[in-house]
Amino acid sequence: MARLAVIKTYKLYVGGAFPRSESGRTYQVRDEKGTLMANAALASRKDARNAVVAARAGFGRWSGATPYNRGQVLYRIAEMMEARRSELVDLIVSSRGLSAAQARSEVDASIDRVVHFAGWTDKLPAVFGGANAVSGPYFSYSAPEPCGVVAVAAPDESPLLPLVSVVLPALAAGNSVVVVASEADPCVAVTFAEILATSDVPAGVVNVLTGRHGEIMPWLASHADVDGLDLTGVPAAERQQLEVAAAQTVTRVHAPHRAPDFTATPGTARMRAFLETKTVWHPVGAVSLTGGSSY
Amino acid sequence: MNQENPTSMDIDLTYAPALESAAIGAIKPRYQMYLDGEFVDGRGDDIVSINPATLEPLTTISSASVEDVDRAVAAARKAFEGPWSRMGGAERGKYLFRIARAIAERSRELAVAESLDNGKPIRESRDFDVPTAAQHFFHHAGWADKLGHLGYGPAPRPLGVAGQVIPWNFPLLMAAWKIAPALAAGNTVVLKPAETTSVTALVLAEILADAGLPPGVVNILPGAGDIGSALVGHDGVDKVAFTGSTPVGKRIQSELAGTGRKLTLELGGKGANIVFADAAVDQAVEGIVNGVFFNQGQVCCAGSRLIVQESIADEFVERLKKRVETLRVGDPLDKNTDVGAVNSQMQFDKITQLSEVGADEGATAWTSSCPLPEKGWFVAPTIFTDATASMRIAREEIFGPVLTTLTFRTPEEALAKANNTPFGLSAGVWTEKGSRAMGMAAGLRAGVIWDNTFNRFDPTAAFGGYGESGFGREGGPSGLAAYLDTDDEGAR
Amino acid sequence: MSATPTASTPSAPTPSAPVPASSADLRVSLGLTATDGAALRSFLHGLPAVDPVGLEARAAQLASRSIKKDTKRALIDLAISMVDLTTLEGADTPGKVRALCRKGIAPDREHPDTPSVAAICVYPDRVATAVEVLKGTGIKVASVATAFPAGRSSLEVKVADTRLAVDAGADEIDMVIDRAAFLAGDYSTVFEQIAAVKDACGGARLKVILETGELGTYDNVRRASWLALLAGGDFIKTSTGKIAPAATLPVTQVMLQAVRDLHDLTGVQRAVKPAGGIRTTKDAIAYLVLVHEVAGPQWLDPHWFRFGASGVVNDLVMQRRTQRDGHYSGARYVSVD
Repeated sequence: MARLAVIKTYKLYVGGAFPRSESGRTYQVRDEKGTLMANAALASRKDARNAVVAARAGFGRWSGATPYNRGQVLYRIAEMMEARRSELVDLIVSSRGLSAAQARSEVDASIDRVVHFAGWTDKLPAVFGGANAVSGPYFSYSAPEPCGVVAVAAPDESPLLPLVSVVLPALAAGNSVVVVASEADPCVAVTFAEILATSDVPAGVVNVLTGRHGEIMPWLASHADVDGLDLTGVPAAERQQLEVAAAQTVTRVHAPHRAPDFTATPGTARMRAFLETKTVWHPVGAVSLTGGSSY
Repeated sequence: MNQENPTSMDIDLTYAPALESAAIGAIKPRYQMYLDGEFVDGRGDDIVSINPATLEPLTTISSASVEDVDRAVAAARKAFEGPWSRMGGAERGKYLFRIARAIAERSRELAVAESLDNGKPIRESRDFDVPTAAQHFFHHAGWADKLGHLGYGPAPRPLGVAGQVIPWNFPLLMAAWKIAPALAAGNTVVLKPAETTSVTALVLAEILADAGLPPGVVNILPGAGDIGSALVGHDGVDKVAFTGSTPVGKRIQSELAGTGRKLTLELGGKGANIVFADAAVDQAVEGIVNGVFFNQGQVCCAGSRLIVQESIADEFVERLKKRVETLRVGDPLDKNTDVGAVNSQMQFDKITQLSEVGADEGATAWTSSCPLPEKGWFVAPTIFTDATASMRIAREEIFGPVLTTLTFRTPEEALAKANNTPFGLSAGVWTEKGSRAMGMAAGLRAGVIWDNTFNRFDPTAAFGGYGESGFGREGGPSGLAAYLDTDDEGAR
Repeated sequence: MSATPTASTPSAPTPSAPVPASSADLRVSLGLTATDGAALRSFLHGLPAVDPVGLEARAAQLASRSIKKDTKRALIDLAISMVDLTTLEGADTPGKVRALCRKGIAPDREHPDTPSVAAICVYPDRVATAVEVLKGTGIKVASVATAFPAGRSSLEVKVADTRLAVDAGADEIDMVIDRAAFLAGDYSTVFEQIAAVKDACGGARLKVILETGELGTYDNVRRASWLALLAGGDFIKTSTGKIAPAATLPVTQVMLQAVRDLHDLTGVQRAVKPAGGIRTTKDAIAYLVLVHEVAGPQWLDPHWFRFGASGVVNDLVMQRRTQRDGHYSGARYVSVD
C-alpha cells in the first residue's frame, strides 16, 4: 500500500514571515491531471495592504545596503535555488505537466537569470549615471536610485522563469517588491519565497501574495505608498483601469506592449522602469581668491 | 572709537530706471501658428496675450482647433516618415546647431519679448532663459550623430511623433528643453505653448523656419487646455511630454492609460531648502532668496520650504528679511528689477489666496516693504514664519514669491521633514560639513539636490522628479532616452 | 554668526543698549573677554564660513546692475569724493606729491563743481609736503606706515614709522598686518601690533591693510577683518597695491559683511577701503552698488568707504564730462598729474 502523501498548505510571504491570508481563505491547486496538489492562501485586500507596509520597511533596509552586499544576497538566492533544484523541477513537472527535461531547463534558466541580476547591482550608476559636464563652477553628477516599493503581477505563461525575470530586475535596482504570483502556480512562487527566506534577503524586501490578480492588483495599483507598478502579468485588455488608478499618485508603470520572451537575454528596461535619476550639484572653488579678480 | 561726525552725502540710491527698450522685442500685432512649415491662422479663437506688468494687451495669437491638431500630427507624421528619418544624424545635428546660433543672434529680441509676455525680469530672461535655451540646442545638436554611444544599442530608434505641452513660467526655455532632445533623437514634434505665453515659442518657430528645417518636423500650436488635451490624447502621437501642474499630469497619465505610449511628466514641487547651523550663512541667505524669488517663485523646483536649524532660526530669518528688503520689485524691463510680475490674474489670485490661508492657519506673514507698481500682477516677497508641517502653505505648491519657514533640531528631523511630501523634485542643503552634505543628498527623495547652491540648470544634467513631481528626465543622457525606443527586452 | 561666541547676541542692538565706546567694550559686547591666542582663535574660527562660488556669483550679479542717468552722475561724484589719491613710489619727489595734492583738490579744473577727493595717501616722509598743500581744504592726509608694504620689521620700528607720519600731520594711517603671523595662526601677535599702532595713531584714523591677496581664502579674509576690527582698526582695507590680486568685488563683499555684522551686533560702525585694481568708472560704480546692497546706504559716505586708487580719478572725470557734455571725452583732455 502506497504511503499517503502529506499535502502542503502554501502560505503567503509577507515581511519575512509566512502568514495565512488574514481573510482565512484558501484555494485548491490542482495538477495537470486534476489531482489536488495543495492548498494555497487566497490573498485579500488587507493582505495586499500588509504586504505594502512590509515592503516599505524592507525598502529602507534594502536600498540602504551597499550594492556589493545586495549583489551577494541576490547571488545567495541562486545558490539556494541550485540546492533546491530538484524540488523546483518536480513542482513544475507536476503543475504544468512538462517533461523533466523541459522543467530542468526552466529551472536552470531561472537560476542563471538570478546570477545575471546579482551582477548588476554595483554597475547601475556607472551605466546610467555619471559626472555632468556643466558649464559653471560646480561638480554635478547624476546617479540612479531605486524608486521604492514596486508591485508586480507575475506572468502566467510558466511558473518560475517569468517570476524570476520580473522580480529580480526590480530587486537589483534596489527596490522592494510585492509580487502577486501567477494564480495557476502558487506552489512554485511560494517555494521561491521559501528560498528567499533562507537567502539573507532582508524581511519585507520581497513579499509574495497568491490568489487572484483581478482581486488584488487594483488595491496595489491605487495604493498611494506603491511607487512602481509592473503589469507584465496583466492581460493588455485589463491594464487600463489599473493604470488609471496608478495615475492618481503618479506611480511609475511598466506595461510592455510586446509579450516578453523571457528565454532571451534580458536587457535593462525592467531595471530602468523602476529607477529614478538623482542629480546632485556642489560648488567647486575655494582654492584661491583669483576667481573673483576678473570682476 | 573715532566716530567724528561725517558730512552726510545724503545720497538717494533709488536706481534710476534702466529700461530695456520694449521695441527690441519686436512684438507683432498678431502671431499665427506654425504648421507644416507655414505660418497659418488656426481655426480656434484668437487669444489676447496680456502684458502682466501693465495689464495692457500685448498681442493677439491665433489659436488652434482640434482639427488643427489633427493636421499638425499628420504633418509631423509625414515629416517623420519622410525627410527627417531619412536624414543622417550628422545632418540633423547641423540643423540644431543652426538653431542654437540663431537663438543667440536674436537673444536680445527674445529676452525682451519674453519679459513683455511673461512678466519676468529682463535680467533673468537675458542672463538665464535665452542663453540656456540656446545652450540646450547646442548641447543636443552634438548628440544627434552619437546616439549609439548612449548604451541603447548601436542605432537606437526614435519614437515617432512627440506631442509636447509646456507651461508659462519659462516659455522659450521649456520649448527648447522639449524640442531639442526630441529632434536630436530623430523625432518630429507638435508643441503646444501655454495659452498666456506663446510669443517666444512662435519667434522660435520663425528661427526654425529660417534655419530651413523641413516642413512638419516641428509644429507649434497655441491654444488652451483643450488643445493640449487633444494633442496628448491623439492616436497619431507616439510620445507625450508634459511640463505643468501635478493635477494635469495625473489627468494625462490617466488619459494615456493602456495605450502603451511613452510618457514623461515634469510636475509640481515643494522643494525643501535646508540650512544647518554651520552653513556659510551669507551665501545660504542668497541661496534661499534665489531659491524662492527667482522668476517670482513660479518655478516647479523652487525652494519654497525653508527648513532651518532651530538654533539659528531667528537670527537667520532676520538676515533673510533684511536681504529680501533689498529686492527690487517692478518693471520687468528695468535691468535692475529683481522680481517682476506674476504671469496671470489666475496665478495672482492663487498666490494671494494661499497666502491668506497661511495667515488664517496661524502662520505669521511678513512681506517686504518694497514699493509695488500700481498696475500689474505684482506680489511682494513674502515669508511665513511660525508655520507647521501640516499647514497648507507648507504642503501645497504656491508657485509664487512666498516662502514658508519650518525649523528642525537634528539632521534626521530635517530629512524627515524635507521628505514629508508627495512631491520630490528638488532640495537644497546648506552646510560646510562635506559628509553631512553627501549624507543629506543621499537621503533626500528628490530628483535634483543642490548642495550649497540652488536653481542651477544645465543641458548636460538630468532634471526631473520623484513621486508626484513626475517621471522621466530632461537633460543629459537620460533626457535623450526619453525620446528613444529603449525597450531592450526580448520580445517573442 | 551662530557658531560664534555671539550666538545669543541679538542681531540688532536694542535702542537702550549703549553703543560700546572703546575697543575693549566692543569686545566685551561681542562676548570676547580675553585677547590671548586661544580666545581669538576660538572667536575667529567660530565665524561662519564663506562659500566662494556663491560669494562670487553674488558679486557678479551686483556688478551687472545697470546704473544710469541721475544715479550714475551722483555715484561718479560720490566715487571721486571717496578716493584716497595715492602715490607710493620710491621716486615720489615733493614736486610729485604737490601735483597730486592739487589734482586731489580740483580733479577737473574745467569743471570746478567736481568734488575733491577724500585724501591724499603718501609715504611718511612725504606727509609734511601734503599737509602744507592741503591745509584748509578739508582733504585728509593719509600715510602708509608700519614698514609698508611687507611689514617685515619689529613692532618698535612699526610704531616709530607710525609716529613719524602722525607727527608730520597725517590724519589717517594705513598700516599693514603681519600676514606671516596671521597665516601661522599667531592671531595674538597680529592683534597686539594693530592695537599698538592704533595707540600710536592718537587722533588719526587707522586703516588696517589685510593684504587679502596673500591670505589665500575668503575665510581668512573674514577672520582677518574681524581681527582688525576687534583690535581697534577704524577701517579695514584690502591691499597695499603691491600684490596681485589686489581689491576684488568678492573680497570687498566679505569685508563689507564684516562691518555690517559688527554694526548689527553692537551698533558700532567701521569703514572699508578696497585698494588696487579699481581703474574705471564702471569698477567704481560696481563697488558702490556692492556697498549699497551688502552693507547698506549709511556706508555710502567718504567717512565710511574709500577707494585706494590713482588712475580711477581721471576715468571718473572723463565719465563725468561725458554725462554733462553729452559726448565722450578723451584721455588727452584730462590732466595727468
